[in-house]
This record gives sequence, structure tokens and C-alpha cells, in this order.
Amino acid sequence: MQGSILEVHAVDLRGQSVLLAAADQFRAAAALIELDGVARRIVLYPSDLSAEHIAYVAKTAESSILVTDRPEIASANHGVNHLIPVARNIAPATKQSRPELETEWILLTSGTTGHSKLAVHTLSSLADSAWRRDPASASTVWSTFYDIRRYGGLHIFLHATLTGTSMVVSSAQESTADFLVRAGAHGVTHISGTPSHWRRALMSPMAGSIAPAYIRISGEIVDQAILNQIKAQYPQTRVVHTFASTEAGVGFYVNDGLMGFPPELLHQNPKVDMKVEDGTIRIRSTRAAQRYLDTDAPPLKDAQGFVDTGDTVELREGRYYFAGRRDGTINVGGFKIRPEEVEAVLNRHPLVAMSLVKAKKNPIVGALVVADVVLKSPPSEAAQESVAPIEREIQQFCRAELDAHKVPTAIHIVPMLTIGESGKLVRRNA
Amino acid sequence: MDVKSEIVAQFTQVAQEQNKRLAPLTDSLALLDSGLDSLCFAIVVARLETSLGTDPFSEDEDVRFPVTFGDFIRFYEHAAK
Repeated sequence: MQGSILEVHAVDLRGQSVLLAAADQFRAAAALIELDGVARRIVLYPSDLSAEHIAYVAKTAESSILVTDRPEIASANHGVNHLIPVARNIAPATKQSRPELETEWILLTSGTTGHSKLAVHTLSSLADSAWRRDPASASTVWSTFYDIRRYGGLHIFLHATLTGTSMVVSSAQESTADFLVRAGAHGVTHISGTPSHWRRALMSPMAGSIAPAYIRISGEIVDQAILNQIKAQYPQTRVVHTFASTEAGVGFYVNDGLMGFPPELLHQNPKVDMKVEDGTIRIRSTRAAQRYLDTDAPPLKDAQGFVDTGDTVELREGRYYFAGRRDGTINVGGFKIRPEEVEAVLNRHPLVAMSLVKAKKNPIVGALVVADVVLKSPPSEAAQESVAPIEREIQQFCRAELDAHKVPTAIHIVPMLTIGESGKLVRRNA
Repeated sequence: MDVKSEIVAQFTQVAQEQNKRLAPLTDSLALLDSGLDSLCFAIVVARLETSLGTDPFSEDEDVRFPVTFGDFIRFYEHAAK
């Protein structure tokens, strides 16, 4: 290490659990490089996650040191012993002798609430052992729409760092057009994002600013439309979609330009053992996280070491197609939403007896949240026409309680909901 | 139903609901400069599917995304024919 991004004065970082909550991606990247091998644990707190979960994350990860450039986070100590600001720039620093610690990298699973769990990785589970500095990749420039604190973005960041390739990081403050222009100006050759990121990019007049050789899509279900649309905009580009999760790591890459995947892909990589059981994809792999840190979390792996991704698939005419989350989790543009959380808010409304939250397929963000609601006093036949104001009023109530992505975009007043034999609501996504 | 006035109404309504400042809706306005984010567009498209009975984004897998507000209106007018 020839420099330091951390304004460390009297704090010894060695062997500590460090919670890294920087808004700026470049500074976060520098801090990650600096801390690996030094800290016992690095906790990656994404910039799109609000400050309210910091105390829980710090406690769960036993963090003694909080590194941040976010004023709203730096204003309180959140139960840590030391608060270290992130410097504006990398300052010269003397090379320190580094203990050969295998640092735990703690990633938050992709939820927007306290329901995100803390998954334990190490550099060896996050990075491919084949990633080496390679003069042949000198002309490669990576980029990603993802935050590098999320699994999808971190994977790209580590690939670029370990192979010695340049990388253009995004910024939450930057418009899609400005990012595309900047990526284009730096000659980005490889770029990744979710289908929602890509739909947004294709709506930008600056979509033509980049001319990548390789595009990777991940993080949400990929439909045929987005594959075709990317191919139409970038006809020379190799377009690959991938199945990966924070917990299970990268499963496979699909290269044939079609949605879904051929069953053979499950058995192609000897290092990644995959199977479909009870309708969901299970993965046993050195790329998987070891465990969750949360005390109330279920085991991350089963007795045979398989991670149940919870992603359901259906086999149709010799090809698997993704069919959503088994637990009904709704993926709105990469934000995962638990229906139960939204239902709990709906059910607090004085007029609501019960509710069922489900996904409605959407071509812009993959899915939207919609709700069926049973009222305590069902509207009379004559009043059927006038339920619209009640629907709007319930929506307004949700807006005051929930993040924008979670608010049902449509509320349907229904006479009743189906209860299954288990006594639970029957969930079936629209 | 006039397609353009329905689209203008939905842009206005969704911007208001989501507390977004909507730019003046001229034909040459780039959609991403309209003040609406992806979630807003998603809601607009879902509501237009209900009110106009069509979702041109989903009807054709080879569709090119509209870039300006004018493109967006033509996109729906074309689909409504």
C-alpha cells in the first residue's frame, strides 16, 4: 500500500471489524483495497441504504470502527468505538507490514429494509482464482451500473482490480446520460447492470455514447425483450445474462441470447454444483457465502452444503425459465420487497380487514407491487362504482409509511381472499 | 380517448403522487430529463395499459425504447391503431 484513503491517526485497524459506509464509490473502492488483509471484517454498507440500519448492522457485525463520508451517519456513533472519516483523496502513506489475515467481507443481501441479512464472504469466495494480472487485458475497461457494495457490482470491481484492468464506477448523484457519456469517453469495453438499469440506459438519448464489446445482465429476471433491445442498440456486442445471488455467488452465464437457460448449464462447471429441487435452484459452490451473521437468520446452507436460492424455475420444451421467488418476494428494479411487510401496513388502515400483496409484471422495472384488499365493511352493490376514492386513500396511507418502491401502485377492493389449507394466504403472482 | 391527453394526464398525476417536479412536456423533451424516475415510468406504463388498453413495451419483443416525450406519444399512438 503506497497511500491511504483513511484518515487514521491513532486507531489501529488491524484485526478490527470495520463498517464501511462511504457514499462515494471511488473512496469506498480505495478503502476496500486498503482494508483487505488488515481488518478482521469489512462490512460493505451500500450508499443507497438509509442510515437507520447502521446501528443494527454495526452490532450484528461486532464493528468497532465506522468509516464514513456520510454526514447523516457521522453525526452519531451507532455503538462503535471509533469513527474514521474517509479522506477526499488518497494521501501518501508509508507501507505497513500487513498481517496475513483472511478478512471476512460482509455483504448485505439485496433488500431495502432491516430484512437484509449479513452474509459472510471472503476474498476467495468473491473472486475467481483464475483472475490474475494479464497484459492481454490491458485494453479492457470495465464498468457497471451497480453500486460496488452490492454483489453484482463488487464482482466486477474485484475482477477489474485483480486483473489490473481499468474501471469506471457509477455515482448515485449522476444522471444516466452523464454516466453513459463518461463511460463512453473512457472507452468502456465491458459493462454490467440489471435489466432495469439497461431499460433506463436504452431510454437515454446518450445510449449511443458507449460501444461496449461485452454486456452482462444480472440481478433480475431477464426477458426476451430486453435481450433483443440491447442487441438492437448494440449489434456488435456480446450480450450475456447471468444467474447469481449474494448468498450463492455466481451460478452460470447464458450466452445464447435467449431468456431462460438450457438444463445442461447446471452441470457445466465442475466447481459449481447446481440442481433444481422442489422447483427452486440450489447451488453448492466455493463462490457461496459461508453463513449469515444475523442471530435470527435460518442456516444459509442445507446439510449437504447447498444454498437454496429461492428462485423458482419452470421447464418448458427443454429449457428452464425463471418464474419468480418462491417466498413471493417482489423484485422492483432490483429492490426486493417482502409482501408481508406491505400487507402489515395495509392491514393497519382502519378500513382494511385483510390484504394480499403481489407482483404485477412490468416492462420498465420487471415488476410492480399491487394489492388486493378486503374491507371491514364491504361496499354495497350500489357503491361498487365509488371505491376509487377509498383505493386512493389507502395508497396515500401507504405512501406515508413505506419507501416509494413498496407502495402498491394499484389497489383492488375484493370481496374475499383465498386461504390455503395451511391457514395462510394463497400467494400466486400476477 | 385522445392518446396524447391521456399520456399527459398520467405523467402529471404520477409526478404529483411521487413528489417529482415535472418538466414542461414538449415533444423534444428527453424522457430521462422529464423529472420522472424508472419507478414513475413503470407506473405510467401500467396505468396506460389500464386506460388505453395497450402496453406497447410488452407487445413486441423487438421494440426500441422511446427516447423523447414525442417518441413516447407516437409509440402509443402507433400501438393504439
